Parts: sequence; C-alpha cells; structure tokens
Amino acid sequence: MGRKRIRLIEIAHARSGDKGDAGNVGVIAREDRFYPILVQELTPEVVKKHFEGICLGDVDRYELPNIGALNFILHNTLGGGGTVSLKNDAQGKTLSSAMLRLEIDIDEQLLEG
Amino acid sequence: MSTTIRIASGQGFWGDLIDAPYHQVTRGPVDYVMMDFLAEVTMSIMQKQKLRDPSLGYARDLPGQIARMLPHIMEKNIRVITNGGGVNPIACRDAIFREAEKQGIRGLRVGVVLGDDILDAIDALAAQGIELRNMENGADFAAIRARLVSANVYFGAFPIVEALRQGAQIVITGRTTDTGLTLAPMIHEFGWAADDWDKMAAGTVAGHILECGGQSSGGNFLGDWKSVPDLAHIGFPIAEASPDGSVVITKHENTGGLVSLATVKEQLLYEIGDPREYITPDCIADFTSIRLRPDGSNRVLVSDIKGRPATPFYKVSASYHDGYAAFGTLTYAWPDALEKARAADAILRTRLADLGCVFDEVRSEFLGLDSCFGPLANIPEEINEVVLRIGVRGKDKGHVARFGQELAPLILTGPPSVTGFAGGRPKPSDVIAYWPALIPKTAVTPTVLVEEN
Repeated sequence: MGRKRIRLIEIAHARSGDKGDAGNVGVIAREDRFYPILVQELTPEVVKKHFEGICLGDVDRYELPNIGALNFILHNTLGGGGTVSLKNDAQGKTLSSAMLRLEIDIDEQLLEG
Repeated sequence: MSTTIRIASGQGFWGDLIDAPYHQVTRGPVDYVMMDFLAEVTMSIMQKQKLRDPSLGYARDLPGQIARMLPHIMEKNIRVITNGGGVNPIACRDAIFREAEKQGIRGLRVGVVLGDDILDAIDALAAQGIELRNMENGADFAAIRARLVSANVYFGAFPIVEALRQGAQIVITGRTTDTGLTLAPMIHEFGWAADDWDKMAAGTVAGHILECGGQSSGGNFLGDWKSVPDLAHIGFPIAEASPDGSVVITKHENTGGLVSLATVKEQLLYEIGDPREYITPDCIADFTSIRLRPDGSNRVLVSDIKGRPATPFYKVSASYHDGYAAFGTLTYAWPDALEKARAADAILRTRLADLGCVFDEVRSEFLGLDSCFGPLANIPEEINEVVLRIGVRGKDKGHVARFGQELAPLILTGPPSVTGFAGGRPKPSDVIAYWPALIPKTAVTPTVLVEEN
C-alpha cells in the first residue's frame, strides 16, 4: 500500500476562536478511524511549524478521544488579542481553515476505509 | 417535578439576529429562553454609554425584543433569562416595564441580579488586600488602576436560580457567565444540589453549546457548510434537559440549519482551553467525559458528563484604556496590484516616520491575499486587485489622527490604479484592553431583586 499526501481538510474539520492573545483551534476527525491519525501526525511541533510566522509562542495540545478531536492552544498569535489587535482576523476565526491546509502523509487504504 | 424542560438559545452575542428569540417562542414549544449578550469587552462599551447617559449601559436591543415576545411568553408561561442588563440591569428592567405598560400588561415579575459591578468598590477591595493581578501574565493591577474603564465579577447560575424561585418571569443580570444562563433553569426545575458536580457540569456543557446561538445549529460550520439547509431561516439551538443531566440538543421543526454530531462537536471545542478543566463559578466541567449520540433528525443526545468542585474564586473581567487605534483601506488594481499596494504602504510609513509619528504597532495586511493565512497564503502570479489594509495603534492620539490624514493623499501622490477610499479619514478610536483576574468568592455578594410592574 502506498502513502498519499493529503491536506488535513480531507480527514478533519475544525473550529477556532480566541482566548486573549492565544488562538484555540479544535480539530475534529471526520470519521472515528481518522482520530488516531490526528493524534499521531498533529504533534504540537508539527502544528507550531505549520503556523510559523503566525503563532509566535508555544503550542499546547489536548486530546478529546470521546469526540475524536484535538484542541490546540496557539499562544501569542493574535497580535495582542481581541480589542488591542490590529489584525483583520483579530479573533482567530480563520485559524481553523489555516490549520486544515496542513499536509500529512497517510496510508492510502485508510482513506478508503 | 418536571420531566424535561426545553431551554432555547435566543441570542449569541450583542448584535446577533434580532428576531431569533421571537422565533424561538413562536415556532414551537419552549419553557425558557436564554439570551447571551456579553463578550469580554462588551461591559466597557456599556460602561462608557452609562457615563454619557445614566439611563443606559445595557443591551439596547433587549427591551424591544422582550416587548415583541411578551404576549407569547405571558400566554405560554415562558421564562426569559439574559445577561443583557450589562452595567445597568435596573435601567434595563425599567425599560422592560415601560414596554409591558405600553401593552397594558400588569403584574409582570422581573428579577435583576446585581453586585457583579465592582468598579466603584475597587479601592475598597484593594484596601482589603485583594490584588486583582492579571491572571494571564501576573502583572500588577496598579499599572492600570488609573485607566480602569470597567470591572465586573462573573457570577454563576445561583443568583438566577434565586430569582426564578421568587417567581421572576424575566431575569436580567449583569456579568453572569454565558453557561449560567442555561444551567440556572435546570437547577431550579430539577432541584439539583449545588455540590452535585456532575449535574452542574451537565448544565454547564449544555450552556456552552447554546451560548453562541446558531453556531451549534449549522452556522459557521466548517465540517461541510454546503450541506447545511436553508441558513436564511436558521433555527437557533434548543436544549431539551432531563433531571438526570442528559440533554438533547435540537431546534424547532421547519427551521433551517442543522443539528448534527459534527455541528455540536465544533461548538464544544469553541474557545476552550484544557478540556478537562472548563472552569466556571459553578463547577469544573470535564469535556473529555462528554458522550454524544445521534437521537434522530436534528437531535443529538449529550450525556455522561463529569464535573468537579468549583474553585473558591470568581473570575473578574476588567478593562482599561490603552491608547488609540485607526484603520484604513485602499484598493489597488492590475497591473502589479500587490507591488503597488506594498509600495504605497512603504511610502506611507516613510512619511509618518518623517513626521516623527510614533506607534506601538503598525500592521499592513493585503485583504484577498494574506490577511487570514499570513505566511501560509498562496500568492497567485497575476492578481486582479488587492485591498491594502493598514492599522496603527499608539499612545499619542495626535499621531494616530495624523495617520488618518496621510492615507487619502496616497491616491494622488502614490502608485496608480487605486480606489476604494470611502467614508472619509480614519478617526482615532479608544483602545480598550482586557484585564482578567481572580477574586475570592467571599469578597463579593450577588443581590437579587424581584419586582412586579
């Protein structure tokens, strides 16, 4: 079986928001069988590298196996937070979409289920 | 004792769909409507409005919304719970009484929750040794004391429960947690004990799902947004709560939108930190215990939620004045749209530097290209047009005003094919920054008043 490079959006969806100057990005497996892939591939290091130049602080990761989801906190990301930030996306609403652009390699057979 | 109660979300923020709460009481059966109006800095906006006019300082949409709902909530005995009282719940109540009187309605019982506003008590609290350090970075409160605009304690569900116990049909609060608005009717109806932590957590999770209105019933749904039917007529979410702490999330029949496992999951993750520790004044809810199951069309069963004891602290949401900001945009067209926008940005920055203007931050973004994705953005080779958006923030109001004066001249003195400058010069606006802190629960006491018109 071959490996295939995919964008995260193929196997996950997401929602993001703000917590002060940090962004929160919840990433949800589209099928339960994709959750272990998220756990394995979306390490805090991988996410930090993906958001290079956007997330200027640490990345914390929390697991919610009960709903097949991960929650990421991207510290120092929103240009000072809600009311101070000069960013168009001061509340981090589109960090979810940005996250889903992340590319990962997975077994092709996993996609077919 | 009730079997199940239906709690409807009527408002997810100050500025949400005005008719949503009316639709919740007219399009199907509900027992309660909760309306959340308050974001982190909303209180500072309301505090400023109250300074200008002592009869204001609450969500001004609210009395009109209630007026329209009144005949229906009186007839069906629906109760309304809202934190739209802002920094002036009494004035909000009086405005609602006036609306009731216009309709010839007497004997309307309205409860208010007071005591969350500690702005005037701040020095007395400091004298008691209460520090109000910034809970995110540990900074000393003294650094912002002179610039303080608002300071409010987040109360939980129990002051609302007391108002319901005294027969209030409408409960108006100031800074109550969004989740407390939903938890309170469950405690009241089911007689849950304050230290039944699993139940407190169950109502809190239901509250988290309802607090952003349509965001759990198909709005802002990234899972598969094209699959959501009829967003034009979106039905806001409803929590069908049972005494055992399980809750079905649903919406009225014949409304648009979608309640599914995926829409509920997205909302569960919205603006949370450590999912094992969702902290409110009422409990600590463990989001890793939540079990979701489909329960028919547009119905999701939420159960098995675990909670832990509440902390001895309330959170304080304070705000302070932190300088001035202004924003402006210019649109550049092909050819070389992006290069022109970048050149204009550089020219403006040079002129402002030559003038000696100093800012804490100048940020330039290119709308249509990179304002959402920053370095992750793919920039196409040929660009039809791009919007240059520049924001400045600084302590000197004159410098921020000068930025506004320097922007429009770029049209005649900068790169060509530029348009989109409408609405006049960008004006400096106050920057109100957020200051989160903790305060011992023993230091503040909620007051509940229930009166009839």
